[in-house]
Amino acid sequence: MSAIETARAVRAGERSAVEVLEEHLARIDAREAEIHAFNLVTEESARVQAEAVDATVAAGGDPGPLAGATVALKDNMCTRGIPTTCSSKILEGWIPPYDATVVTKLAAAGAVFVGKTNLDEFAMGSSTENSAFGATHNPLDVSRVPGGSSGGSAASVAAGFAALGIGSDTGGSVRQPAAFCGVVGMKPTYGAVSRYGLIAFGSSLDQIGPFAADVADAAALFDLIAGHDPRDTTSIVDFVPSAGAVLDQGVDGLRVGVVRELSGGPGSVEGISPDVIARTNAAVEALAAAGAEVEEVSVPSATLGLSAYYLVAPAEASSNLARYDGVRFGLRVDGATTGEMNTATRTAGFGEEVKRRIMLGTYALSAGYYDAFYGKALKVRTMMLNDFASVYDKVDVLITPTAPTTAFPMGERSQDPMTMYVNDVCTIPSNLVGHPGISVPFGVGDDGMPVGVQVLAPATHDALTFRVGAVLEAAANAGGES
Amino acid sequence: MTETAEKALPDGWELVVGLEVHVELATVTKLFCGCANEFTSDPNTNVCPVCVGLPGSLPVINAAAVEFAMRLGRALGCEVRPSVMARKNYFYPDMAKDYQTTQYDQPTSIDGELMLGDGAVVGIERAHIEEDAGKTTHIGGGGRINDAEYSLVDYNRAGVPLVEVVSRPDIRTIDHAKAYVSELRDILLATEVSDAKMEEGSMRVDANVSVRPVGSDELRTRCEIKNINSIRSLGRAIEYEALRHIDLYGSGEAPRQETRHWDEAGGRSTPGRSKEDADDYRYFQEPDLVPLRPSADVVAAIDATLPVLPAARRARFAARCTVSAATIATVVERGQDNLALAAIEAGADADKVLTRIENDLAIDDWSLVSVEGLAALISMETAGELTATQTKQVLAQLASQGGDPKAIATELGFEAMESDELDVLVDQLVADNPAEWDRFTSGDDGDRKKMQGFFTGRIMAATRGQADGRAVAEILGRKARG
Ligand SMILES: [Zn+2]
Repeated sequence: MSAIETARAVRAGERSAVEVLEEHLARIDAREAEIHAFNLVTEESARVQAEAVDATVAAGGDPGPLAGATVALKDNMCTRGIPTTCSSKILEGWIPPYDATVVTKLAAAGAVFVGKTNLDEFAMGSSTENSAFGATHNPLDVSRVPGGSSGGSAASVAAGFAALGIGSDTGGSVRQPAAFCGVVGMKPTYGAVSRYGLIAFGSSLDQIGPFAADVADAAALFDLIAGHDPRDTTSIVDFVPSAGAVLDQGVDGLRVGVVRELSGGPGSVEGISPDVIARTNAAVEALAAAGAEVEEVSVPSATLGLSAYYLVAPAEASSNLARYDGVRFGLRVDGATTGEMNTATRTAGFGEEVKRRIMLGTYALSAGYYDAFYGKALKVRTMMLNDFASVYDKVDVLITPTAPTTAFPMGERSQDPMTMYVNDVCTIPSNLVGHPGISVPFGVGDDGMPVGVQVLAPATHDALTFRVGAVLEAAANAGGES
Repeated sequence: MTETAEKALPDGWELVVGLEVHVELATVTKLFCGCANEFTSDPNTNVCPVCVGLPGSLPVINAAAVEFAMRLGRALGCEVRPSVMARKNYFYPDMAKDYQTTQYDQPTSIDGELMLGDGAVVGIERAHIEEDAGKTTHIGGGGRINDAEYSLVDYNRAGVPLVEVVSRPDIRTIDHAKAYVSELRDILLATEVSDAKMEEGSMRVDANVSVRPVGSDELRTRCEIKNINSIRSLGRAIEYEALRHIDLYGSGEAPRQETRHWDEAGGRSTPGRSKEDADDYRYFQEPDLVPLRPSADVVAAIDATLPVLPAARRARFAARCTVSAATIATVVERGQDNLALAAIEAGADADKVLTRIENDLAIDDWSLVSVEGLAALISMETAGELTATQTKQVLAQLASQGGDPKAIATELGFEAMESDELDVLVDQLVADNPAEWDRFTSGDDGDRKKMQGFFTGRIMAATRGQADGRAVAEILGRKARG
């Protein structure tokens, strides 16, 4: 049963939220040991929330549009009174005194939070293997990774632990795990969703995004969490989400561009596997069959995205993660002086990948290197903005694979950062320019694992990504693709 | 302004000083959160997730602080322009995020100037917005961070809005340095941007000091002197530093560029961190805040509400009087210039009005002194109807009780003595003291002065101070000439 359908039934008094919750908790009981989607299952507070929803219905009130819908929340979003760790030892035991805006909004809508999900430490990674509390496994094949960094939320939705998932996407961290786990995942326009309470990784890139089993649920979740928040001044002032309202509008006459540089064909970045290319081409054909006008377009700077991203994101991270110094919260390892305490705390508290990125970013911002590295990356961002602007003069949306491959075996890439980083080559450009993108499952690869197809649209045209996604979903279902 | 004579540098040397003044803005709340801008409360009572830098928190810039900063910029004749916030990265326990949110290459205000009381002009390079840090107290050891047993941090001051006003190195004398600070303070008070209390730290002055041979236009190695807590300390610190540089050059050495701390009790500065191994602050644009783009209308509205500034207020008197610039400056500084100006416009003698106010109205509350009353009183004095002493007494009563000066004079029994009555008195005194009269008429200048004092004193005693000093002098002179 979809989240929308569940909420309808709960609001109508046909189902009880507690009963819905218990079904999910039973599935968690059955499979969490082998999947490890959660850092914490918030069973007790979830029951309290579900009981409150039922009580509201019983009293003749309306608990909200997501009444009784279960949500798995990535553990880098603050929850008042509930530990929030970013899957890092440095935050182990920290209990935020406040809720992220997205949490406040979902709670007000009647959602029930089943737990805080695992992630690559501080969202730095593409496999959810870089967690201080152990890796998450792909529910479709537990020998494979779920993708990352929001692997726990993607796996939760795929395993039926929760109807909905909330992730954050800095370079593909919602879309890639959605593709790997065979669910829908979406990165909104930068500023569409408030970042207040999202623990920062790369502040100019981070966006909170929805996971769901289908496009309609993802759209409903997006519509609820999006909108201006006075506590995040980078959130768009007059953004009115309307994804749910356009899902059945189809793609007749819509102009669809296939990005040459991310197509796997001539002129493309390398490493996109043939089965993924085949599924992406099939998706493009499905859109053409539904009336879309398809053409190949070029975004030359897309090939530079990975390099620019691995300067901008670490640079911002090096600053964002400075505050984990042992002074005010989280881990403190004693030292003879304050400086030694800072160093001892950070040495013990951060994992290898986090340290690597802090060092990368510190270097990229240093006097004498700024212009060659960080400054140049900013120029690439500007180039990409211009490239995308000219492409969107010709087409309405762009189609690419979400990730170059299907979910890979655990351990395969965790020793080689570069092969891991390449995972995000198709998703990173939209973070650098702040545009929305959705990943929709479209069949399976040669290994039987799901393939995700990505739909990109210009800034603030988030609803359009869902609209195209709905057509792809329908085609995949009709063709027995999933 | 120049209460102490300026100490000249040794012959052949010239002082080069630029001042950096941190001003705490008198806003109700902090720069990036809603906490009270009030840091004398109990430690850590005016704090929230934002100002202690908790993970996930985001800054929201205080519009009033921006308005205050722009007002100060315009009052300093600066161009107020689009600006961005930046992060200055360094680790320190009282810097909650381990970076300071400030402005770097795009400050709010640039290229202004400040005119001193004597007409000298000091260029303003920039005035930028930034946040204050918390306050660390090191307990045990030498009271410094590296040998303390432990340190306590109070974050009440963290995030308090500051503007840093950076002058160009245009200051050539200690008196001008002091006058600059005093003038800036007057502007801060007039614009109500800050309470500008140096002793309480709401106005903090750092001096960049160097020296050079007279006639040279080179800029030699400068040292930045911190911890200056009063205008008097500023003068002492600059003098000490300049002489230290001259000594070094004299012995064939040169100062190192460094930050030094002024030790007021010891009357000397001690070296702090050397600028050569200074931190690399890795500035970059603050991604959590959007650029500030004041419209022309906003700047025009600020201009329209700027009060008349001290320099302009002083200038209003310049053409009307011959008293010293210091007298005018004092009257303006005390905010008594409108009263003075109105009394002058009502017909009272300008010099007399200003000197009476400067010398005899040095009180906190002069609200009972009406323009008409003051003008009438000064006119009575000028007309010789009241002696200087009587005028002072009437003014004192005007200030304490208000009323009409004529009525007060009558009530106090101040009927101005007729000249012929004085003539008679003087004749009597001359007859009673022939030796003294002889010294007055035929002695040298010294004798004459002494005897004038003798006779005037006797007459004043005989009339209980009611005689007009000038009239007495005039009669003595006439009689001496025969
Ligand atoms: Zn605060």
